[in-house]
Amino acid sequence: MASKFTRSNGTGWLMAGPAAFLIFCFVILPFIAAIGLSFTNQRLVSPNPTEFTGLANYSQLLGMGMLHLDPVKDDAGNLVLDDAGQPKLPELRSFTRHNKDYPGIDGMRELFSFASGEGRTYVLARDVVFMKAILNTFIFVIVVAPLQGGLALCLALLINQRLRGINVFRAIYFMPVVVSIVVVSLLWRFIYDGQSGLLNNLLGALSFGTLPRIDWLGNASTALGAIIAMSVWQAVGFHMVIWLSGLQTISPTLYEAAAIEGASKWQTFRYITWPGLRNTAVLVLVVITMQAFGLFSQIDVMTKGGPLDSTQTIVFQAIQRGYGKQDISGGSAISVILFVIVLSVSLIQRWLTREKV
Amino acid sequence: MATITSDNHGLRLAVRYAVLVLIAVIFIFPLVFMLISSLKPDAQLLADTSSLKAFLPVGDISFNNYSAAFKRAPVGLFILNSVIVTGVTVVLSLIVCSSAAFVFVFVNWQGRDLILTIILATLIVPFETIAIPLLLISSKLPWIGLDGLTWGWLNSYHVQIIPFVADGLTIYLFVQYFKDLPGELIEAARVEGASWFAIYRRIVMPLAGPVLATAAILKFLAMYNQYLWPLMVVQEEGYRPVMVGLQYFFQLNVVWGEVMAYLSLITLPVLAFYLYLQKAFIASIASTGVKG
Repeated sequence: MASKFTRSNGTGWLMAGPAAFLIFCFVILPFIAAIGLSFTNQRLVSPNPTEFTGLANYSQLLGMGMLHLDPVKDDAGNLVLDDAGQPKLPELRSFTRHNKDYPGIDGMRELFSFASGEGRTYVLARDVVFMKAILNTFIFVIVVAPLQGGLALCLALLINQRLRGINVFRAIYFMPVVVSIVVVSLLWRFIYDGQSGLLNNLLGALSFGTLPRIDWLGNASTALGAIIAMSVWQAVGFHMVIWLSGLQTISPTLYEAAAIEGASKWQTFRYITWPGLRNTAVLVLVVITMQAFGLFSQIDVMTKGGPLDSTQTIVFQAIQRGYGKQDISGGSAISVILFVIVLSVSLIQRWLTREKV
Repeated sequence: MATITSDNHGLRLAVRYAVLVLIAVIFIFPLVFMLISSLKPDAQLLADTSSLKAFLPVGDISFNNYSAAFKRAPVGLFILNSVIVTGVTVVLSLIVCSSAAFVFVFVNWQGRDLILTIILATLIVPFETIAIPLLLISSKLPWIGLDGLTWGWLNSYHVQIIPFVADGLTIYLFVQYFKDLPGELIEAARVEGASWFAIYRRIVMPLAGPVLATAAILKFLAMYNQYLWPLMVVQEEGYRPVMVGLQYFFQLNVVWGEVMAYLSLITLPVLAFYLYLQKAFIASIASTGVKG
């Protein structure tokens, strides 16, 4: 509206001012502060003045190195075998602890290693826990995004039928969404419990007691999977509703035409429903991805990052350092890394799902 | 294709309902378990998990866990805190965000497009990435209260409220809704000599019912269920909301019946509210998904 009747700078600033001011103070300023603080050694409470430390926080978090070790040979040139009969390797620690010949990897620990040639190649990281947190977060996102999006679509298709009482089912499927994730996490601790857990009891009953009891959250190989399953259970109703609103924008005449042409159910879905859901699909994917990168509450209530760091996540690390250890600068650096990851991933997603001309 | 006879039509219908019911059971059983367990003493609660009794109100049923929960922690205070923080934030948010969206859509002013673009850009900043610096900033901000000028916002209601009053999503929802209102109506009122504030109050807001409900519900859910932020900024019992108050039940000996009673107390009001306004809740989530 370009009319002179709608022109008023005073009104504009007066009525948008409060919102703009609040968003500046509590979103934009902290965001800029996160970047600034990540280059310092700021602590929440500290008697010492804050100093500029450059990229120290980032190299501490992201520093990685590689080292190849050949088996030890005795003076005659033969391999020295260890107690198990395997070729003995020199101790990794002798290279990474105060070894003046290897200053680049000083203080690093093993992330993983693999056999190469006669010896082993070690991939080292300065902060092994943080590397695991990044890895776990990516696993979580990569599994949850398609799983939750796909299941939500199935539920939406199921709920989109014309059946008596279908609204009751829709209401029930959506129910976990309104329950706090903290409450949900505590309830599922009971379901996953190693002794009297409901899941173990159910599996035991179905298999007539032949399946062993598993401590789902206390086991490094099952803990992250258990948290993924619960997270999907809690949030799937949310995206079901978004799919549902997408489904309802597809014109019924298209379905009628398909029925007249004798299209099968799959053909109808493939050529009418799915193309009609394009924009919804992009939205669901982007929203789930952004939410999944923020994984924190489930971890804090259920596992605190354990067992053996198998459920460490980026946000859990940021909070543990920034708040738990009051290391504001370290927590800020992790926040910046997370933001860069989220931004890159969503840009890649937008590029991959762009409208192709 | 199979011919449709009344026989296999009935069978198909039965299969459909069976699938729907099975899925409903998956979504509802933890909540039923919570409610039923809150009525049982711990020994029975744990023993019952091995059978379907876990979901049935049988055996030694009482409200003892509820009275014990109130003795263990100031449950009433936690609920009051959550109600104050959530209620005040929702009301302020509706006023601040709707008036901002009003001038973004209807008023022509210098800086409008730039400010709106910046506000919408904040939608890609997840709260988790600003939580730590926000903690530092909040610990240093000034406040003028009953005891005069004080520094640091930690341990208060306002630290839980003010950072969440304005947000990009709420403003976006109002902007989208206002764009569909007839602009000529507003211009006509202007020509008639109505003040901007009168147009906002008398014309636009009375038409904004659906978007007010949407924004209120989304804000309510986000605020009531908040965990990370109050965990960091509220150490004093006096200002703790319900989700953080949960910690009291894991100090010393854990009585699961009391935990379940507390979880039921803080969850049932929200569930009742949801079931009562079910259509509005679902419509509010759906409206975040419809993009032009």
